[in-house]
Amino acid sequence: MYNFEFAKAKTIADAVKALSSEDAQALGGGQTLLPTMKQRLAAPTTLVSLNTIPEMIGVCVNDRGEVCIGGATTHATVAREAAAHYPALAALASHIGDPAVRNRGTIGGSLANNDPSACYPAAALGSGAVIKTNARDIAADDYFLGMFTTALDEGEIITEVRFPVPQKANYQKFVQPASRFALVGVYVAKYAGGVRVAVTGAASDGVFRWAEAEAALSADFAATALDALAVPGNDMIADLHGSADYRAHLVKVMTKRAVAAAA
Amino acid sequence: MPKDTGIGARSKRREDIRFLTGRGAYTDNLAMQGQVHAVMVRANVAHGRIVSIDTSAAQAMPGVLAIFTGADFADVGGNPAGWLIHSRDGSPMREPKRPVLAHGKVRHVGDAYAAVVAETYEQARDAAEAVAAGTEIEELPAIVGMAGAVANADNRVHDEIPDNLCFDWGWIEDNRDAVDAAMKAAPHVTTLELVNNRLVPNAMEPRASIGEFNPGTGDYKLTTTSQNPHLTKLLVCAFVLGIPEHKLTVVAPDVGGGFGSKIYHYGEEALVLAAAKKLGRPVRWTAERSESFLTDAHGRDHVTTIEVGATLDGEILAIRTNTLANVGAYLSNFSTVTPTFLHGTLMAGPYKVPHVYVNLKAVFTNTAPVDAYRGAGRPEATYSLERAIDKMARELKLDPVAVRRKNLLTPDQFPYTTPVGLVYDVGNYQATLDKALDMADLAGFEARAAKSRAEGKLRGVGLSTWIEACGIAPSHLVGQLGSRVGLYDAATVRVGATGTIQVMTGAHSHGQGHETVFAQVVADKLGIAEAAVEIVHGDTSKIPFGMGSYGSRSLAVCGSAMDRALDKIIAKGKKIAAHMLEAAEGDITFENGSFSVAGTDKAKSFGEIAFSAYVPHNYPLETLEPGLEETAFYDPNNWTYPAGAYLCEVEIDPDTGKVTICSFTCADDFGNVMNPMVVEGQVHGGVAQGIGQALVEHTAYDENGQLLTASYMDYAMPRADDLPFYQVDHSCVTPCSHNPLGVKGCGEAGAIGSPPAVVNAVIDALHRGGMTQVSHIDMPLTPARVWAAMQV
Repeated sequence: MYNFEFAKAKTIADAVKALSSEDAQALGGGQTLLPTMKQRLAAPTTLVSLNTIPEMIGVCVNDRGEVCIGGATTHATVAREAAAHYPALAALASHIGDPAVRNRGTIGGSLANNDPSACYPAAALGSGAVIKTNARDIAADDYFLGMFTTALDEGEIITEVRFPVPQKANYQKFVQPASRFALVGVYVAKYAGGVRVAVTGAASDGVFRWAEAEAALSADFAATALDALAVPGNDMIADLHGSADYRAHLVKVMTKRAVAAAA
Repeated sequence: MPKDTGIGARSKRREDIRFLTGRGAYTDNLAMQGQVHAVMVRANVAHGRIVSIDTSAAQAMPGVLAIFTGADFADVGGNPAGWLIHSRDGSPMREPKRPVLAHGKVRHVGDAYAAVVAETYEQARDAAEAVAAGTEIEELPAIVGMAGAVANADNRVHDEIPDNLCFDWGWIEDNRDAVDAAMKAAPHVTTLELVNNRLVPNAMEPRASIGEFNPGTGDYKLTTTSQNPHLTKLLVCAFVLGIPEHKLTVVAPDVGGGFGSKIYHYGEEALVLAAAKKLGRPVRWTAERSESFLTDAHGRDHVTTIEVGATLDGEILAIRTNTLANVGAYLSNFSTVTPTFLHGTLMAGPYKVPHVYVNLKAVFTNTAPVDAYRGAGRPEATYSLERAIDKMARELKLDPVAVRRKNLLTPDQFPYTTPVGLVYDVGNYQATLDKALDMADLAGFEARAAKSRAEGKLRGVGLSTWIEACGIAPSHLVGQLGSRVGLYDAATVRVGATGTIQVMTGAHSHGQGHETVFAQVVADKLGIAEAAVEIVHGDTSKIPFGMGSYGSRSLAVCGSAMDRALDKIIAKGKKIAAHMLEAAEGDITFENGSFSVAGTDKAKSFGEIAFSAYVPHNYPLETLEPGLEETAFYDPNNWTYPAGAYLCEVEIDPDTGKVTICSFTCADDFGNVMNPMVVEGQVHGGVAQGIGQALVEHTAYDENGQLLTASYMDYAMPRADDLPFYQVDHSCVTPCSHNPLGVKGCGEAGAIGSPPAVVNAVIDALHRGGMTQVSHIDMPLTPARVWAAMQV
């Protein structure tokens, strides 16, 4: 690890200001950034810690019934405090990494990093969540722009994520044996206006919505509604842990299981 | 009644108090006055010619004290291979020099070609980056796959070694024609090609070393993560640096697991010693986890074709194997014996097979060195054999249990000389097989399989009847086979004036529990409390010249030395007792901690004898020496042969290919058992590693020789939720016939016997599910691989 300055922000405004200096980097739980820095693959001059900002921590329900989660809220807190309001989301949070990861890693950090195998992008996209930053609100559909790429501008901070609560939802994760990240993870959420299906881990562009499945499930929310569908393998990741065809196959299997578990 | 102390008791591991409460003293925990830090500069290409190294920028950086390159060690020795293997044509193996730092060429990713020593770790690391930036390496095509390596005469890992071939070994060459003839005449021949996957050892504690030099005395000290400090000392003194043997102390303090990878001497150990001499300050180095992945000696990595000739009712007539074994870029210390004499000699298994021939070619590649890893050669042999016999049974539509029964040696056939050079002394393979079948409730399997089917899962059961040769090893035999070291061990028993005891052992405990188990043996034999016995190991200035711990040898070899030393203590005690009790030495008996005159009530306790030995006020000095301390060296006259039967039951999710282990049953014969709890722990750990190899662990290099699985993000370790609750039994006992404790060794058994049981179970499940086209899947049986096999 190279030397760096460390700033503990107390307010969002503090953090925004600190991040305006050159080569400053926001630090959420550090679950990706710190190992990267230890390997000397990243060398920010200043780390601006966000998890010391009280207004960015916690879970609540707003007037519209949406579950609002502060950007610096840990997975363990979401697992605990969102359970009564949005059980599928809390269940997803409770299976990220291991206890150490869940007690350091944050929802804002995960979404800002947008690892193609992370769990939270599937929940955010699958729920049609709104990603609130210090500057604006971004709809999930406009937020995920590809592997490790998002709509966030330089120095922009995720302060809150707002999840509309569906009638039914479930997340099914098939883990990569080594990292236990999602080899394929599928989030299915049934709203009054239709069903959303978001897939993580599988595609080389990161999380995506499976439109054909959404249409079929919106018409008939049953696993059998997916029988005739297939996900093409061409945009899937192929690596040591699974071929593109295998991932494509798993997308369908996990979607069916999510529907069955949610129904 | 189970005993609560001594041999056979489930004594709690006394070392766990410090290990589990953070009070262990591992090498990296030890702070030295005035210490400085070394960082290695490592190749980031697999194969390249070093054109130039410009260290001037690094030299000028803050805190930098010294920079070493390969040129600094060009005139010292290389790190040698411990066994000389001869090829089939009688020629000696090709043995390239393994230098402290790479010189001229780099030969694998992670190969160190320079080292920086600085006041702080960060300064050394910064300067190491500057050295790397100042180095020009001309990249050469990487030699990765073994088949390509031997076929490509122009591209060489070592310029002087054609075909990248270390040796072409036949075992036993005289068997070759008879095996060929028997195979030709066999009514059925089963052929199986399989890969024994390369494994990264992944000890919890990474390698670490501290070198010290005292300019006032000329004494060196090396504190290092070693399984055998005396062997490391011998290699450093006699082969690499030429330090006079009496001027170097090697200390292996608490060591957090080795599994083989810490048997060997590594260049970093020589580097910190040379740097300490140059600087007159302690020089320390600790591997980062990435360095462990890239540079710890890896395990396994065989590609084998095995043929089994059999009658139509499953009697094995002949076995023939052809194997390519990867030795990596350099010969690690035991890299040449592991695929040969620890592998080929096991190819008859526990079976009565008239004809066996093993051919093995050892191949250099631009990958990390490969050496012994828990089991070391025996897992490779067992996997080939147990997979092939299962396939043979399936092809002949025979019950795999019945086929094994038909071929297993029976108790009346011992001692039995195999066609591959071993003499099995005792065993009862039917007993362990029966025990395993009973414990696993094989009779109830069909009902469980039906339940799985109802839940949409495929259930299968797999068997492995395994044997291994351990208690390494009889020096008179290994010497004939090419070993350059003896494989005896040694122990010193020092009785104090107050009757407490220190035992200094050549064996080294790096998690096994010697400090508990050896004390149990001493306490039992002397009739004293376990708490009165302390086991001292790991410091060459304290312990006798033993050979360390590996090859499931500690109790069988070092424990036997300790037993012999205790015999001498008792004999000396009788002499002292005879003097004190004014009786003839021949009339003294020793029992339950008391020396007494036979047929009288005259007696002296062990404590009284000990006190007298150090307060010898009226000793007849011509005939009785003061003191009570004895040393024994023990060299076994044969290997020991643990054996057993393992049954694995699995369930496959056909939608995803995921294999779940439902149960794993082990019935083992380890000979006499000193501490059942410790034995069970060893089996649990060994089976976990075997299941890891079978299901998840995978070491992959790409075509450029880059290690794709160089972190836990891609290298899967077995986790608690991958593993079942084991059923473990060791009640079938045939004591080893040739060592005083009757023990055989249990440290590697689990890793040897378990992989084929897992794979056999998966193949069984697929066949029962109608996928009879799947005759084999190479390890690891990841969900992706199992699913892919099901699609064919």
